[in-house]
Amino acid sequence: MSCHTTVLEPIDPTPAPPAPGKKQALRTVALIGPPNSGKSTLFNRLTGMRQKVANYPGVTVEHHSGRMKSIGRSDLTLIDLPGIYSLATYSEDARVAVEVLTGKMPGVPKPDCVLLVLDATHMNRQLMLAAPVFSIGLPTLVLLNMSDQMEQRGGKLDTLALARELGHPVALISAAQGTGLDVIPEFLLHADDKLATKLRPVQLPVLQTPSACRTWATQVTSRSSYQSPATSLWSRRLDSVLLHRVAGPLIFLAVVFAVFQVVFTIGQPLSDGLGNLLTHLGAKAALLLPDNWLRLLLRDGLWNGVQSVLVFLPQILLLFLFIGVLEDSGYLARAALIADRVMRSIGLNGKAFIPLLSAYACAVPAIMATRTIENKRERLATILIAPFMTCSARLPIYTLIIAAFIPNHLFLGGIVGLRAIVMLGLYALGFLAALFTAKVLNSSVMKASTAPFILELPQYRWPTVQGLSLRLYDRGKLFLKKAGTVILAVTFLVWILSVIPVHLASGTVQFSDITNSIIGHLGRWIEPVLRPLGFNWKIGIGLLSSIVAREVIVGTLGTLYGVDPVTHSLGLQAALRHDMTLGGAIALVVFFAFAMQCTSTLAVVRRETNSWKFPAMQFAYMTVVAYVAALVTNQVITRLF
Amino acid sequence: MNSTKVTALSDAKVGNTGIVESIDLPNEVSNYLAHLGFLPGTSVEVLRRAPAGDPTVYRIDGVEVGLRSETARHIFLKLSSGVSGAAS
Repeated sequence: MSCHTTVLEPIDPTPAPPAPGKKQALRTVALIGPPNSGKSTLFNRLTGMRQKVANYPGVTVEHHSGRMKSIGRSDLTLIDLPGIYSLATYSEDARVAVEVLTGKMPGVPKPDCVLLVLDATHMNRQLMLAAPVFSIGLPTLVLLNMSDQMEQRGGKLDTLALARELGHPVALISAAQGTGLDVIPEFLLHADDKLATKLRPVQLPVLQTPSACRTWATQVTSRSSYQSPATSLWSRRLDSVLLHRVAGPLIFLAVVFAVFQVVFTIGQPLSDGLGNLLTHLGAKAALLLPDNWLRLLLRDGLWNGVQSVLVFLPQILLLFLFIGVLEDSGYLARAALIADRVMRSIGLNGKAFIPLLSAYACAVPAIMATRTIENKRERLATILIAPFMTCSARLPIYTLIIAAFIPNHLFLGGIVGLRAIVMLGLYALGFLAALFTAKVLNSSVMKASTAPFILELPQYRWPTVQGLSLRLYDRGKLFLKKAGTVILAVTFLVWILSVIPVHLASGTVQFSDITNSIIGHLGRWIEPVLRPLGFNWKIGIGLLSSIVAREVIVGTLGTLYGVDPVTHSLGLQAALRHDMTLGGAIALVVFFAFAMQCTSTLAVVRRETNSWKFPAMQFAYMTVVAYVAALVTNQVITRLF
Repeated sequence: MNSTKVTALSDAKVGNTGIVESIDLPNEVSNYLAHLGFLPGTSVEVLRRAPAGDPTVYRIDGVEVGLRSETARHIFLKLSSGVSGAAS
């Protein structure tokens, strides 16, 4: 990227200029900008879609595209690119951006014009990307995002002067507030014409080295009387507390603990209430059905299973509310800074912390987010340890077992609950397993890290109610969808297998007793392997079915205990208490802390590592660790109590 | 002119400011740093250390960036003594 012409000669991207009155040429618009400049927020605004956004760099690692519906231009496709600092780049996500922009990405049309998004609060630095982008020669609209923040903090800019300097139209916008966006449809109308007309030539740096681009950017900003905004005082004050030598790590732990406490003190009653409501509805609905096999299928099979998973919706939403606040506020980058020392001691880059942290929600996006790690070995190590992080799919079985077996003792005047402590312990267990695995990988497979730790700390921002509610809505939808598809399907299969073979006796269909059903036989066949762990055959079937996804075990157990006449009338918690010892119950959650019960994660590991070797290895390793840990847990607890 | 001396960024104390003199790192790393603002002639301030003492947060051109001392060791700056130094 070092030898471009000084004067911009726009290359006509369309073979024939469009006939007057007919504007057919413009089809694809690319959205580009440095990391954390707010591209995805703008993308969501323009398309009405919902890409993940958060207040830290590197959230978007793939290119997404969508129709620009929200501004009434469904005929136009908008491509959201990963954030990049320059077009001469080294990591996977940056290569994607360059290939799309230059039309070399297979399956993606070459963009006809560009929306360049820059963070108005850091113009000197952000403009460095403008030079190489302009050199591509496409009509470009420069959008100075976060202009509200710039103005609030005393920043100034002469946009007319800047547009003159750049030779491209410039506009102040705020993607988060949705202000100033009218310029975009306006520009797109004129961009149609501009495909044919010549752009004004603009002086660009001859050699596009970082320092040349920087000098150019500084010149441009000073000629457009840019005054950079002051660092917000409260952001620095907040950091002096949150990054304090003693208080910082303590606050970090307190925050994490508070999340679990709230999941129980607020989430549990909500979840119980929802459970009662769903049971009531199920009973009411069952009365409308004829008393035959169909009612049994719908009530005992499907409803029991799906309902036992659905009741965890409040807890899942609470967890994501917390994660959302931490991500949107900018606290996550600080957490990465606090954790870097620990990460380094196990040979991982502090950058691995952000993917690992997002693995607390789900390992799949976390594994995709490792694309921002330039070093291949470190990236692989991060992929391999990410599934040990306690994802939200483990929450249902954790809260189910904890609520059923751990008494609700409160300590320290009711601030600290035993249930939250056990929950924190399970999260810590997963984290320790990840640390241990990283250490092992580092000494055998991976060489010591060489990639530097460079972390930009974004300014703190208030999470917006709108942003948080969108996240919760998306999460809730995802959870319900899973309950309505995967979990429903597995539950149905489990129910069928628990009632066949069927017998015909005096003209009616007789289901077999659960112990004599196919699933009963299968369960008892695998039971010897699981007995030492304190698991009965029903838990064994639950484990088998949850290889699909972790939440499935709760649905399977709901169905199995619902079909069984002995536990039929009990709730799932009571049924488990009736059927398991404390040792077995704790062993079960320990098993889930370690085991790789997730086909989606295995699939994404296969895709990202491009081989079956790593997912297979990972599955075997995690299952063995889970088995041994559960065995030890059960044996120790059984001897102690 | 102030009396100035060249030090490694990692040796600068919290509260110190200075002007970046040179960066002695592989191209890949120094390019990335350059895009965050670490270029000769830019003023830097040592803001704070992480709770464990490392990494350290630097303020460069209005941006806060955390670097480990193993990286900051290869960035050299002229310390501005007194208050007069960094007004950019």
